[in-house]
Amino acid sequence: MIKAILIFNNHGKPRLIRFYQYFAEDLQQQIIRETFHLVSKRDDNVCNFLEGGSLIGGSDYKLIYRHYATLYFVFCVDSSESELGILDLIQVFVETLDKCFENVCELDLIFHMDKVHYILQEVVMGGMVLETNMNEIVAQVELQNRMEKSEGGLSAAPARAVSAVKNMNLPEIPRNINIGDINIKVPSLSPF
Amino acid sequence: MALKIVKGSIDRMFDKNLQDLVRGIRNHKEDEAKYISTCIDEIKQELKQDNIAVKANAVCKLTYLQMLGYDVSWAAFNIVEVMSSSKFTYKRIGYLAASQCFHESTDVIMLTTNQIRKDLSSPNQYDTGVALTGLSCFVTPDLARDLANDIMTLMSHTKPYIRKKAVLIMYKVFLKYPESLRPAFPRLKEKLEDPDPGVQSAAVNVICELARRNPKNYLSLAPLFFKLMTSSTNNWVLIKIIKLFGALTPLEPRLGKKLIEPLTNLIHSTSAMSLLYECVNTVIAVLISLSSGMPNHSASIQLCVQKLRILIEDSDQNLKYLGLLAMSKILKTHPKSVQSHKDLILQCLDDKDESIRLRALDLLYGMVSKKNLMEIVKKLMLHVDKAEGTTYRDELLTKIIDICSQSNYQYITNFEWYISILVELTRLEGTRHGHLIASQMLDVAIRVKAIRAFAVAQMATLLDNAHLLTGNTQRNGICEVLYAAAWICGEFSEHLENPLQTLEAMLRPKVATLPGHIQAVYVQNAAKLFATVLRSQEGNTDSTTAQETSQLMIDRLPLFVQSANLEVQERASCILQLVKYIQKLQQKDVEVAEEVSALFAGELNPVAPKAQKKVPVPEGLDLDAWINEPPSESESEDEKPKAIFTKEEPKHSRPRHTEVDEKELARRREARKQEQANNPFYIKASPSSQKVYQETPGVEHIPVVQIDLSVPLKVPGLPMSDQYVKLEEERRQKERAEKKKKEKKKRKEKRSGRGKKHDSGPESEEDITPAHMVDIVTEEMPENALPSDDDDKDPNDPHKALDIDLDKPLADSEKLPVRSHRPTEAPKSPAEDGDTESAAPQEPKKKSSKEKKEKKKDKDKDRKKSKEEKKKKKHKHEEGGEDLLGGQPDEPVVQSEEPNEEVALPTSTSAEVSDLDFWLSNAPVPSNSQEAATVAAAAPIPQAASGAAPDSEPDEPKDTEVETKSSKHKKKKQKKEKEEKEKKKKKKHHHHHHHSDGGGEESVQNGTVEEEEPLPPMSNYCLLAENSYIKMMMEDADQVCDIQGNLQDGSQVVVSVIFENKCNSFLKSMEFNVLDSLNSKLQRPEGAGPHDGLTVPFQLPPGVSNEARFVFTVQSIVMPQKLKGTLTFIVKNEDSSTHEKLDFKLHFTCTSYLITTPCYSDAFAKLLESGDLKGSSVRLEGVNMPFHHLLARICFHHHFSVVERIDSCASMYSRSIQGHHVCLLVKTADQTVSIDAKCDEPSLLGNVLDEIKQTFSQC
Repeated sequence: MIKAILIFNNHGKPRLIRFYQYFAEDLQQQIIRETFHLVSKRDDNVCNFLEGGSLIGGSDYKLIYRHYATLYFVFCVDSSESELGILDLIQVFVETLDKCFENVCELDLIFHMDKVHYILQEVVMGGMVLETNMNEIVAQVELQNRMEKSEGGLSAAPARAVSAVKNMNLPEIPRNINIGDINIKVPSLSPF
Repeated sequence: MALKIVKGSIDRMFDKNLQDLVRGIRNHKEDEAKYISTCIDEIKQELKQDNIAVKANAVCKLTYLQMLGYDVSWAAFNIVEVMSSSKFTYKRIGYLAASQCFHESTDVIMLTTNQIRKDLSSPNQYDTGVALTGLSCFVTPDLARDLANDIMTLMSHTKPYIRKKAVLIMYKVFLKYPESLRPAFPRLKEKLEDPDPGVQSAAVNVICELARRNPKNYLSLAPLFFKLMTSSTNNWVLIKIIKLFGALTPLEPRLGKKLIEPLTNLIHSTSAMSLLYECVNTVIAVLISLSSGMPNHSASIQLCVQKLRILIEDSDQNLKYLGLLAMSKILKTHPKSVQSHKDLILQCLDDKDESIRLRALDLLYGMVSKKNLMEIVKKLMLHVDKAEGTTYRDELLTKIIDICSQSNYQYITNFEWYISILVELTRLEGTRHGHLIASQMLDVAIRVKAIRAFAVAQMATLLDNAHLLTGNTQRNGICEVLYAAAWICGEFSEHLENPLQTLEAMLRPKVATLPGHIQAVYVQNAAKLFATVLRSQEGNTDSTTAQETSQLMIDRLPLFVQSANLEVQERASCILQLVKYIQKLQQKDVEVAEEVSALFAGELNPVAPKAQKKVPVPEGLDLDAWINEPPSESESEDEKPKAIFTKEEPKHSRPRHTEVDEKELARRREARKQEQANNPFYIKASPSSQKVYQETPGVEHIPVVQIDLSVPLKVPGLPMSDQYVKLEEERRQKERAEKKKKEKKKRKEKRSGRGKKHDSGPESEEDITPAHMVDIVTEEMPENALPSDDDDKDPNDPHKALDIDLDKPLADSEKLPVRSHRPTEAPKSPAEDGDTESAAPQEPKKKSSKEKKEKKKDKDKDRKKSKEEKKKKKHKHEEGGEDLLGGQPDEPVVQSEEPNEEVALPTSTSAEVSDLDFWLSNAPVPSNSQEAATVAAAAPIPQAASGAAPDSEPDEPKDTEVETKSSKHKKKKQKKEKEEKEKKKKKKHHHHHHHSDGGGEESVQNGTVEEEEPLPPMSNYCLLAENSYIKMMMEDADQVCDIQGNLQDGSQVVVSVIFENKCNSFLKSMEFNVLDSLNSKLQRPEGAGPHDGLTVPFQLPPGVSNEARFVFTVQSIVMPQKLKGTLTFIVKNEDSSTHEKLDFKLHFTCTSYLITTPCYSDAFAKLLESGDLKGSSVRLEGVNMPFHHLLARICFHHHFSVVERIDSCASMYSRSIQGHHVCLLVKTADQTVSIDAKCDEPSLLGNVLDEIKQTFSQC
């Protein structure tokens, strides 16, 4: 079982946290800090496994991490997971991110945390590995994104609000409304 | 209103989205918290909007803030709102937020049940997927219970995407709602063979997780996993399976033997390091489990060690790390094979990577020997000096101590060396393990008598230099060592060279800065030293030293009397008074040393750490019993304030206190002082008294040793452990030289001429003799201590609840609507038997065929009817399943799904999962075709065992068959029907097979077998007849039959016959006829003549078999008999059809009139005592099988049940259909079995015994 997946940058700023076991928010932050402390002081040419981490896990748990440029990807797993397997999984995950974001960088993770979560959801579910085939993961993510697009997406919400005004069936609205009073220039707002 | 909408919409255009929020936070680096709090305010506003898009946007932002550590649980309800949006975009946001911040105590979760259920059954697979993903993170016991059905349905979803998610989430459901495990398990197992690799992998994943915690329940899946392992190419799946096998092998060594070969092959063939590593790991686990059993596994160990060495030598640090990790597992059982790689491991100690160094340290533990201990520890000490981080240094320290102290100091040859190592370790700054060193010092000093003098000297030096240890900080953990030092010096003070000096060191004012418990030991041991000093001065004419010592004590102890620590104070004041008294006596020249020493006389023995726990409770002592009758509740409440607790009183008195005026207070104070002055035990803390002590002369006279402390770390006077290494080396060389000399002498004397063999060989372990003869005192244990060492498991472990026997049939109470495919029955008591008897149908054979037809027409009606008819004898779980199906008409998916399950399971899995034991015993696993072709499986014995009428069994598959195919049935033709039957046939075979398994189980339940060797498979079916004249194109049919008494009527016997078509033609119009004898008659339909045949109610297409049952009436059952019969049938080809016939003989043994009837031992005894029974006995020679096999065989073939079994003796019981009791007493001793039998019908008994004899002569 995977107990937690943490992504943070070289300064310990969390970019994505995913706990598969409940921890209160402050404890989560503590765990991130502790993990960052453990991981960041390690050279790049040492092994990617770490025991310890008093807050999360215990003796049965290991931290398995990879360091990519400015980001640390840390998986906290128990002994039922294969160490090398999880390393591979991190690689698969990062490659998937790379495919979905096209040359992924930290900024993508910063501004699209939700999307990263959706991708992760196709890889790991409830602490268990769901899919390891990158093409399958990408395909599912794409399909869902397409669905979102067909619904207009979340980012389109303000724009849709505008179009709602545009498309409002004014004739059906009680006549006594003085539309002139509202005085908005709807088309000019669309660039928002 | 519209205006409002418009306005709201326009406002919303200025809402921040997630990107804006992130950007904002990044732009407000200085006042981030403030900015975020304004954002949260905005979000709160947004959440008040009706527009779901706005809400979703707000929730999305909250998810981000949650990551930053903000508690967003206040928005839980809004999250639920967003989750229930119909749009996928919003729903996904809602579920994401929920999965991030919901947990078991989130109360809105219970509002989500219906929403989630709706999403789970959504036609859009991604709605379902999102719901499943979210649920996997916040599933609660309630949700698990309510949604288990729905999720289970999804496990058979058409889309693999949903299937794999549903399979995975089942694990979470099991954890929260363990009751769901058993009903869901068959389907989960089925998913192991899902065509989609993702689903398969998910199922493997879940079962591995389950099995990891409770492996014994999953042993029966081993064959299936074995098959997967040898067939799968997915490394993920392989790794999981191999890991699982690693967990299973300790429980079943035979499994390990089976695994070794494929695993070794994988090790050789795979290129994936991860897989290789897991294979090695599992092979290690296998080898550990086999450690004694297999002689030639050294090759496997060599292979593993070799592969691991390659890993360790790899430049990849990860592989190095894992290699060492796996190596440490081998170390436990095969230390020798690891020891040869010592060089490599020592090399790893120097690795720059701390994780690797730690792993290497673990390995060192097992590599030490008497020979290399000093060397290794020396190397470690070097590392201790070099280590930067305290954690690693502490780790080193504990490892050194672990290594040295392991198995009762087995490898230490020189304890002086060890003590000096310990002393050296005390120089570590800032270690947390002071207590560890201290306990080692104490342990060695107490248990190794020979070392005490040395230890005491060392400890005295330590005490003298205590300021080095305590340093400037008090919190330093190392000062714990002083605790040990002080105690050792005090307790073994007779070894001290200069007790006075040590005493002085222990009474230094600086001691007062030490922790209380150490001070206490100081004070106490100062007294011991004092006694020693007195004793050494005894007889000395000059008594000044003794008196000076007393004075020293009197001067210094008041410091401790003032201590804040209660214990220090108590001890100090007690000892101070004592010394004062002694001083008085000394002044009168009274000899006191003897008395003072007597205070501390006697040796303290080491006590084992668990000794207290192991003290057995004396017989007759009930710790839970009340000593006094507990007072009644009302009483105790009344008494509380008065008698037990005085707490209340000050409350009352406080107001009074204030009333007391100053005068009164002063008066009281005065009185108290007076009282204290008169009280000899009250230690006066007044400044005047202190002055008195200070003024007393003598302090200057005490010599204070000044120590040069210019080099703080090199403690003067402490021997370096290194020198011991050299010394030891020299000593050993000397010894060796001496030995050689002796040997040479011997050789010279003997002149045997076998020369140089011993000469240059390296010294072996035995050659090294310890430096001093060490007597290691063992720890004391209380008398009658129990040897067992029970480790308590964590009672909160959620996996504990999942320790469920999965092979047991489902019971009525297990509500989830999935039926197991194993129709084994629970044993029934004899009382129930009566009911079943009366409920059994009259004419099973005919009825069943009729029923079949009826069902096809009107299945519902008939099902009800047949249910009523056979309610009592039906399998419990079967009924449970049907009830649920009937009770949930609103869930059509389940209804249509379930029977499918039922049908599919037996055909797909039962053959492989036949029986673990069978599989493990290396016998070929019977495949479908094999099974059908050979013997057509075993008999439905358990049925008879529980007294059910035989025809209930084939009805079950029929039931379900009818259910599934009902739609087709309406328009189906004959052919289709036949195909179905064909399926049914195969299934039936499996059923039978299971029954034979069940037979084995039955006997287990009867009490014969408890985790003993597995039973070989048994069958009651025998070949009845087979066509041998192959005149016409292979057309022939064979018959196998099982004869079974029918309880319903004392004179009825049911014979089930399986007809199998072995030719390529169609067989029809089969007629079964038996020539009646006087005693036995075939029951024919009314109106039929005594010589008419019975039509077999089915036709047989090529390669198909089916079963029919025939009822016979029997007059007397005391004799076996044979009946002649004929089967006539028409062989139909495309162009021709011929009439054929087959003759057979039905053999009715006496056994077949017996019916397994459980009997309790008291009833059994009564029966034997009654005297109505006549005895007979038989001896069987050369029976070479385990006793429980023997019993199982008798139970199985001769329908007995075991009443009681004691060692190699068992009593058994059976009853004939006409109510004759048959009792057996079976004893075995070296291949001879004697059976004493009693029965009220001697001829029946004789025949039964003959048959038993025959059974055993055949095998």
